[in-house]
Amino acid sequence: MLASLVGFLGDFDLAEEAAAEAFAIAAERWPRDGAPANPAAWLAATARNRAIDRIRRARTLAEKTRQLEVPEATVDGLDETLIEDERLELIFTCCHPALATEAQVALTLRALGGLSTEEIARAFLVAEETMKRRLSRAKLKIKQAGIPFQIPADHLLPDRLDAVLAVVYLIFNEGYSGRVDLAAEAVRLGRLLAELMPDEPEVHGLLALMLIHHARRAARFRGDELVLLEDQDRSLWDQAGIAAGRDALDRAIALRGRGPYVLQAAIASLQAQHPIEWAQIAELYERLAALTGSPIVELNRAVAVAQAGRTEAALEIVEQLDLPDYRYLHSTRAELLHRLGRDEEARTAYERALELAVTEPERRFLEQRRAAV
Amino acid sequence: MKYALLIYDKPGSHEALSEQELAAAYREYGALSEDPRCVGGAQLQPVETATTVEVHEGRTLTTDGPFADTKEVFGGYYVFDVSNLDEALELAARVPSARLGGKVEVRPIVEQPS
Repeated sequence: MLASLVGFLGDFDLAEEAAAEAFAIAAERWPRDGAPANPAAWLAATARNRAIDRIRRARTLAEKTRQLEVPEATVDGLDETLIEDERLELIFTCCHPALATEAQVALTLRALGGLSTEEIARAFLVAEETMKRRLSRAKLKIKQAGIPFQIPADHLLPDRLDAVLAVVYLIFNEGYSGRVDLAAEAVRLGRLLAELMPDEPEVHGLLALMLIHHARRAARFRGDELVLLEDQDRSLWDQAGIAAGRDALDRAIALRGRGPYVLQAAIASLQAQHPIEWAQIAELYERLAALTGSPIVELNRAVAVAQAGRTEAALEIVEQLDLPDYRYLHSTRAELLHRLGRDEEARTAYERALELAVTEPERRFLEQRRAAV
Repeated sequence: MKYALLIYDKPGSHEALSEQELAAAYREYGALSEDPRCVGGAQLQPVETATTVEVHEGRTLTTDGPFADTKEVFGGYYVFDVSNLDEALELAARVPSARLGGKVEVRPIVEQPS
């Protein structure tokens, strides 16, 4: 209901307040007078009327006054289908490129994730006041700049959908480093997208990718220690999650998906098999690198090539990469040098990686590897 | 809603075009002015013609040159009356400066009561 109110009013705060008032009235009246025949329609009509009242009382600008020309909704007049699912419009609005990325993320979690401002603030390690301001500014921009509440036109859709998927994936990755709650939220959003846009292969691809990664979360750490994929205790993997991920991947492939998320999901699926077919994974990374031009993807390809037994070739790939400040470049290089018996160089590379390490588990892990060389 | 499209040019970008390319660009600028949604606009003369004015404690300071010390130079603007930001953004993307290394800032106009 919130989604359709936002659409009607173009104003989040007003929609939220009006919805709250409608629920409050219902909570008061229905036990006394009995629930109306169509509660959802009643709530929507009441909320809209309350909002219109507020608008009149606030005496706002000409733009809002124009909306008063819409005849006041009555319960009888409202068709049940008017309570359309406008969640897709809401997602695209929240992820509009005119909003800063962090605003897109916060807004998406607030409007669709159903997280409270306080929960979102905690998840991103900022003060609640900061998050409140970020959300207000974003909502104000939507209103003042005239960001439309609609599914983008066909020619805009590919880019806009990319933006939505990027926001959801960003949320997932925030959660992946330790704050599990956000990852679960991202998966939820992914499922919602798959439900609302069932014909988009990349949507299923992203869902598949997240489900499979999420399924391995229990095995990623042993206490405070980071555990590599091949060393993970597979009994800790959520097999249902992996199966669900593979289902989503199948749907994406059936829709002829070959985009970056589908490729990454396919890689994740292969990595969850036993034994791991690294040569196939290397090939998928090659396709992904061609699509994205990303040196990080090339780095991952090098790892797959090494795991497939071609260590020299892998090192060659790594040496071509321009990622001087990326800690995983140095740790990968170190590992490859070690496998080739060039331990002196390997130690130096581990040292460089350690300089760039970000978290404690990472640091400890790299220390161990360096000591073992 | 009315939006101002503020055009910032990459210096020398238009001068670097061939005669044909320049003619094509001017046709695009013209087409945007002719669009029924266009309710105003102007091309400014080159930045060498600019003079900047400041007033401090009643004294007027006049200086040669544009206000901004940026690389990009403010070259002109359009005003469009459209239904939402997306429409304005699409028009902005058609401004030749945007693909010639410049930028177009899109901002809603404060509506004055008529």
